[in-house]
Amino acid sequence: MREEFEALLATVREEEKDVVDAWLTEARLTDTGARRAAETEARDILSHLRQALESGGDPSRLDSAAWAPLREVLGDLSKTRAAKGQSAADTSMFLLALKKPLFSSLQRRLAANPEAMAASLWSLSTTVDKLAQHTVGIYQQAREEIIRRQQEELLELSTPVVKLWDGVLAVPMIGVLDSSRTQMVMEALLQKIVETGSELAIIDITGVPTVDTLVAQHLLKTVTAIRLMGADCIISGIRPQIAQTIVHLGIDLQGVRTKATLADALALALQQTGWRVSRDK
Amino acid sequence: MDRIPILRMGDTLLVTIQVDMQDQTALTLQDDLSNQIAKTGASGVMIDISALEIVDSFVGRMLTSISGIARILSATTVVVGMQPAVAITLVELGLSLDGVRTALNVERGMELLRRSRQENSFGH
Repeated sequence: MREEFEALLATVREEEKDVVDAWLTEARLTDTGARRAAETEARDILSHLRQALESGGDPSRLDSAAWAPLREVLGDLSKTRAAKGQSAADTSMFLLALKKPLFSSLQRRLAANPEAMAASLWSLSTTVDKLAQHTVGIYQQAREEIIRRQQEELLELSTPVVKLWDGVLAVPMIGVLDSSRTQMVMEALLQKIVETGSELAIIDITGVPTVDTLVAQHLLKTVTAIRLMGADCIISGIRPQIAQTIVHLGIDLQGVRTKATLADALALALQQTGWRVSRDK
Repeated sequence: MDRIPILRMGDTLLVTIQVDMQDQTALTLQDDLSNQIAKTGASGVMIDISALEIVDSFVGRMLTSISGIARILSATTVVVGMQPAVAITLVELGLSLDGVRTALNVERGMELLRRSRQENSFGH
């Protein structure tokens, strides 16, 4: 164990309660409930810090095995805070607030030896910084994980393939069409065509806010793939503004049958498959 | 070397591709098929690719050119049973197989050939 950490270890061992109190005051936790929750976390962190120092862990190498328990505690802390929606700044501020009480304790202990004090303070400072950095890293990972999961859920939500009639499938497209969305819709639709042996698919784009050249290209790709499979395709739900945009952009939708509403498309589909709908009354 | 068999069913030539297509296999098939159409005077060609899971641009082009050759020899070509993954690959390769007729399965393909035969005979 390097000597600059001896004073730190002594502090953590002997003054744990005082340090925790000073830490929570420094972190400005006024709310009683929040303070109590934070107190448990603070104790946990301090005791793990003590254990790591006792087992001779070198704070300059935080990724070594001696620090694994403390890393885990910090990871849990950031993950719960990320899930609660607290900001990364708050989380790291909480940890950085630990500096002040430890600083003052070291100052008292090493007042007689300014050189040792300077060295100790510097190592303490870098150690706490590293811990805070680790917390922020984990926090960010947790948030990214949440975002990724939500994206996936959104993707799955937005690609239902429904059977409208015997041999007629429909996909109501909702939201912005990008490559990954189109790919998913295309795969789901083609798979369903094979499963049901449907000869006609209706792609309804009522829920697509804008159609630009890229979206049109994606749509045309889907239509081509459906044709290659041996089925046919109708695009429905083209709003007047979108029709204007398509013409202004010079997008060639020739060869693709288009209808204004899903009802019109279904009527065309029924007509094509030889069905006639009659009304009794 | 693999040689893909060509079966004759009445007026229709039936080709079932069940192996991964090598470029040479594709060329041989194209050659054999042209000879067979000319020899039998078939009016329809059905290519079943339901067992085909991997395509490249060469096979895609081969399908287009067989269809073109058959048309010149006055036969209609229909490609049946394309797998979704194959369709997506062809689209991503920029091959839309213009002029090739497609059907979901062999039954629908036969129906399509029958209809096109009727149209042709009306036209005469």
